[in-house]
Amino acid sequence: MTTTESAPAAGTAAAGAPRGRGKGDVQGTRRLAALLLSPTLLVLALVIGYPVLAGFRESLYARGEGLDADGFVVEGDRFVGLDNYTAIFQGDRADAFWNAFSNTTFFTLTTVVLETVIGVAMALIMQQAFRGRALVRASILVPWAIPTAISGLLWRWIFQADGAANAVLRQEILWTADGFPAKAAVVIAEVWKTSPFIGLLVLAGLQMIPRDVYEAARVDGAGPVQQFFRITLPLVKPALLVAVLFRMLDVLRMFDLPAVLIGVNQRSVETLTMIAWFEASNLRYGSAAAYATVLFLYVALIAYLFVKLLGADIIGEARGRTRRARPVRTARGRRRAAA
Amino acid sequence: MRRTPLIGGTVVCAALALSLSACGGDDDGGSKGGAGAASLQGRGPITFVTGKDRSGYLQKQLDGWNAEHPKEQVRVIELPDEPNDQRQQMIQNATTKSDAYAVLNLDVVWTAEFAANRWLAQLPKDQIDLSKMLPATITTGQYRDKLYAVPSTSDAGMLYFRRDLLEKAGITGPPKTYTEMWDDCAKVKKLPEAKDADCFFTEVNKTESMTISAVEAIESAGGSIIGPDGRPTLNTPQAKQGVEFLVAAKKDHMPKEAVTLDTEGGRRSFQSGKLIFQRQWPYQYGLADSGDGSSKVAGRFAVAPLPGPNGPGVANLGGHNLAISAFAKNKATSLDFIRYLTGEQAQRANLLATSQAPTVAALYDDPEMVKKFPYLPVLKQAIAGARPRPVAVKYGDVTAAVQGEMYDAVTGKKPVDQALADLQSKLQPLTAQ
Repeated sequence: MTTTESAPAAGTAAAGAPRGRGKGDVQGTRRLAALLLSPTLLVLALVIGYPVLAGFRESLYARGEGLDADGFVVEGDRFVGLDNYTAIFQGDRADAFWNAFSNTTFFTLTTVVLETVIGVAMALIMQQAFRGRALVRASILVPWAIPTAISGLLWRWIFQADGAANAVLRQEILWTADGFPAKAAVVIAEVWKTSPFIGLLVLAGLQMIPRDVYEAARVDGAGPVQQFFRITLPLVKPALLVAVLFRMLDVLRMFDLPAVLIGVNQRSVETLTMIAWFEASNLRYGSAAAYATVLFLYVALIAYLFVKLLGADIIGEARGRTRRARPVRTARGRRRAAA
Repeated sequence: MRRTPLIGGTVVCAALALSLSACGGDDDGGSKGGAGAASLQGRGPITFVTGKDRSGYLQKQLDGWNAEHPKEQVRVIELPDEPNDQRQQMIQNATTKSDAYAVLNLDVVWTAEFAANRWLAQLPKDQIDLSKMLPATITTGQYRDKLYAVPSTSDAGMLYFRRDLLEKAGITGPPKTYTEMWDDCAKVKKLPEAKDADCFFTEVNKTESMTISAVEAIESAGGSIIGPDGRPTLNTPQAKQGVEFLVAAKKDHMPKEAVTLDTEGGRRSFQSGKLIFQRQWPYQYGLADSGDGSSKVAGRFAVAPLPGPNGPGVANLGGHNLAISAFAKNKATSLDFIRYLTGEQAQRANLLATSQAPTVAALYDDPEMVKKFPYLPVLKQAIAGARPRPVAVKYGDVTAAVQGEMYDAVTGKKPVDQALADLQSKLQPLTAQ
């Protein structure tokens, strides 16, 4: 309570203070801030800015096309402008691109929705006080602890023709061949692996919710379902949104799980990163960089939309809530004092 | 003792190269990047870059060399197990022109790509004794008639069959044609113990193995994927006949889960007695014949050359070659080392220790070897008639296209004609020169 009330106050104080002082001081503070931040910005420019720009530059070049009379590859880079980009959307390559694009989007939508539902359920279970809770918490986290390539192999055994999945289902589904079952296999393995991540972040969010809110709700006669949708979900939303955003960014660049579980060059599970990898492994670095840049823009767009549509909302709501909350509380306090 | 004449040879070569720019290689004047055969100079420590050595025997062979050549020690650099990763690392090393790698252990299908990119030093044919080697293996080390790599191990597909079941069904020998094979199957399947067995298996999952199966089927019918002039040749009746065999085999004679089985999956199937006929590499022989209980068919199978439509079929040629990186420093030592490792003595030792198929022809007829590896005569026959996979600089793209279209044909997603036409048009730009 104290934090919510003091935060805006501190804000106004901080905003008000420099206004009272001289202009030179403002500039001095700003210069100091810039100075203190510059190492961070330099590192960011080096490890993020440079690779992005270098990748974009690479995507404008092509090399190693054609052979000379002796059968040797013609050497040297050639500036091709946006040719690598237009090639992505043309002819045979366009089919492969849109297939990979729709696979990537399909995996993102299905796995994130399923992971969110299952992850929240896991968090609610882990939150409960019961005997053996520590054991349940630990075991739920196991899939997240296993490296993706290993869990890919694990699921490959489960999904092979005479594997556990078919034994349990009493079916003969060819999961690891190129086809729709392969998509399903990837979704299942991915959800198994990453639901604990959402569960973990949501659990952290749940533990921030004060117990007395639930007590009050119970006194007012709210059932468990009402409590979940009226109290738990709104209060855990900031943590949940961060978890979902992380997962979305992660699954958009998914590579290792489908590559190990089903294999590369399989239409039904080929993602955008896999096309970029294929181009690079066949020495077309320019084209690979173009695919990577397209994927980068796609990821950036999704992240921007997510933050803009939902993220901006969180802050707005939170501010509104504190503003609304205060008079109510004081009113209740007055009532209590009167009683 | 061995060194002195060689140094002399190199000096002569260098002198000749200065004056005539021709020694060993006769037509490498214009090539850059040290690709000329005359430029194999420099002695000193070198590195040997290879995939993971599972047998643990390689180091012993290197110890033998190192003891004899204290000033020209060889250090082994082991790359990952996966061929694609090995290729990636070697390419990375080559594109940065690093001299960290000297002798490269290359898969036979990489020769064209590596040579065309000037990543390999051209080798002097007259300084390497190729006369003892199986002729088919030598072609895999060549690009445009110039030698870039020396064959060190070979490999070819063979037909594994259940000798016990065939005998019981009253069949005298292994089938030579597809029709014979299907007829034998029908007879064997009448036996109560073979009721649930599947007739045949060759790999048809969408991996490199699919390309190998396609090469074998199409070449057995007398066709080819890429012709001798480097152009795709899928618009022929032979190519169609080959692919139709694969489609029919998958539909009527293979296990239902065939498209999900890889090489090891096929081996498990055969070892558990579920297959009557199987196309497989030689490495399976020892494992399937082991008496430790892991194989149900130990002592009950034999190998034969692959069948074809009208007589013996054509196997695919696998194996590894040794080459010298164009950016290596001590190329003269590297050449000596290649000669050591591909020599008869080293190959004999390697065969005994690792059962990897040698490239020296005499070893296949050596009674001592045949006693230990009874499949050697069949394998020699298979390698002699074997054909390489498509030779293409853009091999990665070529094999991906072959895998995609063949998979669609075999799984019935596309009619054979359509798949072949599509593949032809996909390969045309990839092989344009």
